[in-house]
Amino acid sequence: MRRRGPLLMILAVASGKGGTGKTTVAVGLALALSETRPVQLLDADVEAPNAHLFLDVTWTGERRVVTWRPRIDPEACDLCGLCVEACEFGALARAGEKILVFDELCHGCGVCRRVCPRDAITEIEVPLGKVQVGEADGFPFARGVLDVGEATATPVVHALKREIDPDRLAILDCPPGTGCPTIASLRGADAAILVTEPTPFGLHDLKAAVSVARAVGVPAGVVVNRDGIGDDGVLRWCEEEGIPVLARIPFDREIAALYAEGRNPARESATFREAVLAALAGLEREVLA
Amino acid sequence: MNPPTIVFLSGKGGTGKTSVTAAFAVLGGHQVLADADVEAANLHILLAPRVEEQGEFEGSKVAIKDDSLCTRCGECREACRFEAIDEEFNIDPWLCEGCGACVHACPVDAIRLEPQVTGHWITGTSARGPFAGAELLPGEENSGKLVTLVRQKARQIASRVETPWVLVDGPPGIGCPVIASVTGVDGAVLVTEPTVSGLHDVERALGVVRHFGAPAALVINKWDLSPATAERIESWATERQLPVLARIPYDPAVPRAMVAGKSVVETDPEAPASRALRDAYARFRQLVLG
Ligand code: SF4
Ligand code: SF4
Repeated sequence: MRRRGPLLMILAVASGKGGTGKTTVAVGLALALSETRPVQLLDADVEAPNAHLFLDVTWTGERRVVTWRPRIDPEACDLCGLCVEACEFGALARAGEKILVFDELCHGCGVCRRVCPRDAITEIEVPLGKVQVGEADGFPFARGVLDVGEATATPVVHALKREIDPDRLAILDCPPGTGCPTIASLRGADAAILVTEPTPFGLHDLKAAVSVARAVGVPAGVVVNRDGIGDDGVLRWCEEEGIPVLARIPFDREIAALYAEGRNPARESATFREAVLAALAGLEREVLA
Repeated sequence: MNPPTIVFLSGKGGTGKTSVTAAFAVLGGHQVLADADVEAANLHILLAPRVEEQGEFEGSKVAIKDDSLCTRCGECREACRFEAIDEEFNIDPWLCEGCGACVHACPVDAIRLEPQVTGHWITGTSARGPFAGAELLPGEENSGKLVTLVRQKARQIASRVETPWVLVDGPPGIGCPVIASVTGVDGAVLVTEPTVSGLHDVERALGVVRHFGAPAALVINKWDLSPATAERIESWATERQLPVLARIPYDPAVPRAMVAGKSVVETDPEAPASRALRDAYARFRQLVLG
């Protein structure tokens, strides 16, 4: 018999907004699956990385993620303004006899330096964030961290994704929302689990998440968390759209309290553990088949 | 004098930030309201504004290459710092930042930047006052410019009408959009949950707020899900001299109100959450208006 490799290599866990329980589901999956197959967990929610709070992590390494900022030599600059005009992000401005650089708006693209006819611009390397790698509860764990006050998260996500080990099922806890860092995390995943709440807010955000997953061509299924607190709008919409609902995790004060204390429901609540495993089975059956 | 602008933040979504914003709006009676949570714009679900004006928003550009001119010299690929150009010199619009480095690098002018519609904005009237809001198209970058646009619209409205303040439902996270929502505001209300991660997130959010010199206050939502953690957050707040407006209990009346498209203080004024929200509002009012 021919042996087939696992179909699912990179699994993204995402949601249209934060606070839906996405991280708990991602961590829960990693914990539950690590007993039966090689897994790896990556926390790509670089603006608010939280997964480590539910794990017992030993960090073994750290890589810096850097970007560049222009610095202008006032001696060489003749105030021609070409750089100001060329910057697409409004990060340069002429103020009197000086070109000002707004570091928080700069994307580090290097265009200003490229267009300066007098070579008055040099670039300095500045930290943007870091990628930390380690071991958690018997599987490799990595996370990206964006420095406070920095605007562009995507390079940190890209740097994090370089830590993906092709011999393991990589579970990626994506940044919430539908912006660039979310796209950067979702792209290239084999499938996505979208976690939502059964409320009008949840439905509104789920719709956005589904359109992003569709846009980047990642097949997705839905996990309804805190089932029972709202209405059936999410279920009805998923049915209309033909999106499989993989699992419904009932609202349970015990689960909420465990989570609040930084304890992992996947470790301590059987209901939760069964739900995440059911979600994965559903994904393999209905989404990847 | 300009009325003060107050932004509601959480460090991450899902802490009940929008529900708190909506409750304050209802209790405030009539004021200018803005939804700057442009990635997950939910405030309109509770406020149901009547749209008066709307428009498209061109938030970014993307590089487009004319293949008939391209000589495959590879200069563009070399110039791009965002790995958006592959070995075949195709430009990947998802990775393109729209910086134009390739445009400047191309010796035969085969590449140009084109503006893209990345979102929509509206202004209108809600039962709680004039409303400005915007939403990004799914998958578009939240550069902060749309947040800035919403705040401008709200400010324009505020200069024409009588309003005690401008309440802004801010974006989650700590990145560019949050910076855009925090710069120049008069105060920030941080909404957190009593979770270990909630504390971690709100700490980062407070970092941004203080970085920009705005005074802040805290609301601990669903505090009774973990009284011990709520206690920890409160002592953290005291240490950081961050006033706590109120602790709001977990209350099923809140999602029930949301399903009805309303704030809990309207649908169920005697619910425990509503009472706590009224306390929070009273302290907020005192802090902002004196
Ligand atoms: S590096 Fe790019 S974004 Fe930064 S100032 Fe120069 S042109 Fe603008
Ligand atoms: S515009 Fe900038 S990011 Fe886009 S392809 Fe050209 S060099 Fe790369």
